[in-house]
Amino acid sequence: MKKKISLTLNGSRIEVTADSQQSLLDLLRGPLHMTGTKEGCGEGECGACTVLVDGLAVNSCLYPACEAQGKDILTIEGMADINNQLSLIQQAFVDSGAIQCGFCTPGMVLSAKALLDSHPDPSDTDIREALSGNLCRCTGYVQIVEAVKKAANRLRERS
Amino acid sequence: MKDFFYIGKDTLRPDGPDKAAGKAHYIHDLQRPGMLYGKIKFSEHAHARIKHIDTSKAERIPGVRTIITAKNTPEIRFGFLRDNLALKLDKVRQYRDEVAAVAAIDPEIAEEAVDTIRIEYEPLPGVFSPEQAMKEGAPLVHETDPRGKPRNHNILPLKYHHESGNLETGKREAKHVAEGTFSTPLVQQCCMGTAGCIAEFDMNSNLTLWSKTQIPFLAQRDFNQALSAMGLKGKNTRIIVPALGGGFGSGLDTHAYEYIAILLAFQTGHPVKIVYNRREEFTNLSPRQSTQTRIVQGCDPNGRLSFRQIDVLQDNGAYTSWGATYPSVMMMPATSLYRVPHITFDAKLVYTNNTYCQAMRGYGNPELTWALESNMDELAEKAGIDPFEFRMLNRIEAGETTPMGLKISTCGLERCLETVAGKLDWKGGTKKGKNRGIGMASLIHVGGGGRIYRSDASGIILKLDDFGNVNVFYGGVEMGQGLHAVLIQSVAEALGVRPDTVFINPTDTGTCPWDVGTHASRGAFMAGNAAILAARKLRNNIFELAEELFPAEAKKNLKKHMAKYPDYTPPDFDIAKAAKRDRFDLKEGYIFITGSPDAPWLRMDLGKLLRAAHFRPQGQMLTAEAFYDPPNELPDFEKGFGNISSTYAFGTQGVEVEVDTETGEIKIIRMVAAHDVGKVLNPLGLKGQIYGALAQGVGYALYEELKSDKGKIQNPDFRDYKIPRTQEMNFPIDLTFIETNDSFGPFGAKGVAEPGLVPTAPAIANAIYNAVGVRIRDLPITPEKILAAVKEQKNLKKP
Repeated sequence: MKKKISLTLNGSRIEVTADSQQSLLDLLRGPLHMTGTKEGCGEGECGACTVLVDGLAVNSCLYPACEAQGKDILTIEGMADINNQLSLIQQAFVDSGAIQCGFCTPGMVLSAKALLDSHPDPSDTDIREALSGNLCRCTGYVQIVEAVKKAANRLRERS
Repeated sequence: MKDFFYIGKDTLRPDGPDKAAGKAHYIHDLQRPGMLYGKIKFSEHAHARIKHIDTSKAERIPGVRTIITAKNTPEIRFGFLRDNLALKLDKVRQYRDEVAAVAAIDPEIAEEAVDTIRIEYEPLPGVFSPEQAMKEGAPLVHETDPRGKPRNHNILPLKYHHESGNLETGKREAKHVAEGTFSTPLVQQCCMGTAGCIAEFDMNSNLTLWSKTQIPFLAQRDFNQALSAMGLKGKNTRIIVPALGGGFGSGLDTHAYEYIAILLAFQTGHPVKIVYNRREEFTNLSPRQSTQTRIVQGCDPNGRLSFRQIDVLQDNGAYTSWGATYPSVMMMPATSLYRVPHITFDAKLVYTNNTYCQAMRGYGNPELTWALESNMDELAEKAGIDPFEFRMLNRIEAGETTPMGLKISTCGLERCLETVAGKLDWKGGTKKGKNRGIGMASLIHVGGGGRIYRSDASGIILKLDDFGNVNVFYGGVEMGQGLHAVLIQSVAEALGVRPDTVFINPTDTGTCPWDVGTHASRGAFMAGNAAILAARKLRNNIFELAEELFPAEAKKNLKKHMAKYPDYTPPDFDIAKAAKRDRFDLKEGYIFITGSPDAPWLRMDLGKLLRAAHFRPQGQMLTAEAFYDPPNELPDFEKGFGNISSTYAFGTQGVEVEVDTETGEIKIIRMVAAHDVGKVLNPLGLKGQIYGALAQGVGYALYEELKSDKGKIQNPDFRDYKIPRTQEMNFPIDLTFIETNDSFGPFGAKGVAEPGLVPTAPAIANAIYNAVGVRIRDLPITPEKILAAVKEQKNLKKP
């Protein structure tokens, strides 16, 4: 069944038709052509599809599109500003060597943002906990954890 | 030592910002106008005759454009032994066999259509282990070979054998002997981006394929053969490689799904995309082979190795891919990590009705090193020697030619061993407390290409534009490992330009020169050497132009300079006399005459010279190419001899673990790794390679296992197939890079991509033994196996 929903996507109010069976991930990658959010497993096990819904990290592959009605959604496309300037978190990933194949990166970045929005000075344990739902096969996570720490430092310096 | 401008310095990967922004395009993100979606109907039996295929329901579904089976398409044969078919005609030999496929206007319709296809089978008895498959009268997986000649057993027609010295003499000389059988499981590569491709024909019937491959040029050959089989002889395939989403060996062969996409695209006249979902990836992509290695080795009273006998048995699965050539790599550690005077090595591969296997990072080396380095500790104990000292005593050294004929140009093994022992505070291997132990293991791997194909080459094109930028066309694949960052560094360093003026173009068989594929840790080694060769040519071309054009341009510069600074007195310098091609140099994008006075007008931007050359009458632009084929040999694997790589990488890893004897749980306290990398090219990327490989090594050691029951994969998801998460990798890792500056390496570097996971599992197993005295010989080392072993140990101790 199709349903018209309105939501805030990366800061803009939009109206879109969603299917009742459709996941938020399929809505983003399909009709909205926003392919920055990745599908790694489609079963909520890998975190590649992580987006923020009202500031909380969720697996968009499990999140029904229709439930996005009235919600504030942030995807990776909303992280960099319109002048192609990466956010501090993204830049920290680039600078730390935290990106290899890059398929997990959008999800990692959003999980990191959810963490840093609520914990500006996270411990290693906090970081590992916050990223525990995001799988990466390339990096062994060391440089990802370093990136989140670096981002936290830079964010604190800025504020 | 030579000072480098860019080599050895942290270099950011050029695709980093796009990947961080979600703007990198993986196969999953690509669309073509009019594109259809393909879906495959896989077998429902491990071994069965196909009696009838009913596609009538699927045909009636709106949106379905075509349904193909082996009956209505030409036969496409592929694989290392050409024993596989894109679509199976009369028989299925494994659960993942492709029986039919659909192209439809959206993925949901394609899936619905595939679900309605009914296939009538006559089930056949199957064989699900090498032992079962080798029994007298066992069902045959293949009744005939690809040429139609009847087969009467399931053993593959591939022979791997090495014999050096005299085994009997070695056995007589041995005072202490240790033996054991070690096994390794099926392991899935688990790329975060699943496999997929898009096939599209133009109106001349030439094919373009966007594919997640590590071997675009070998794939071009395979697909051109397929086009011939389809009646399109003489037509060409162009392969374009998108952002990969991980490789780890999974893209080292062509796959049935690619041939099926090609058939669907040809039948419909539309581009067709097939992308696996995660379950399909786990069930239908070829994992790392499972192996059993029987090892017997002995040493003399002084602890010097006297003989080694190794017999490997591999479950090949139903068809043959590159996994069947693991023994070609296994011979290397078997013969060349330590000095052993008398060796035999034999490997046997057997067809079964299990999933067929292919390459994964390390390519046989982790499997063999698991047996070898576990057994080295066992032998050291029998001989009463500290395992570290035992390794030091027997280790290979630079300058040696090993029994396999490997020429060891440089060797950092001694320093690797000492570094790890030092950092683990080894002290003769004394355990660190109750249930807490330390262990180590070493490795040798190809570090200078790996000739397993008749050419081991890589070509490169460097094209200069009017602005002094360098456009690089290179056929190797950036899988995530950081190849492009190293390629930029290498071109910038060798040519003398700034890294931000070097641009890497997408890997495309239509624009890039040939490359055998990105495997065998060869990416950076080959790209660096190819870049050096091409840069040398380009510098000569640039300096030829400079000889002709530099004096006039410099005079123009001077004139402008004088206009700006009227009081300026130019130094006494005869440009015309000095401007000889062999006196020019190019650094950081500026051309100058060596030994010339330090004056800004005597320093010329490369772009300016290039423009002067381009925009004169009968102008000229510069492009250089090089084709680097390393000085190594295709070994004779039946004799087990040949220098497979031009140099070899070494390393040692150490682990401290704590074992809970109540739960069997293994906790890694810390890891130490020292790797002989020749020369560090990009520290940032290198660390990522080793950290990442170590994590794969930890998964391999402790929990990864693709479980198969009578040929059916039992755990095709991340819930039941565990790979390391942040929590599991939550321990300190101490990395040391040993630089041996190998003369064959680009700037001294060796390949590094695979070594990081080769010794991890035996290092962990040795630490577990050190901690609680139980020796696990079959991977993964699960808590259940620890508990069972601890229980057995207690029972043995009871009077």
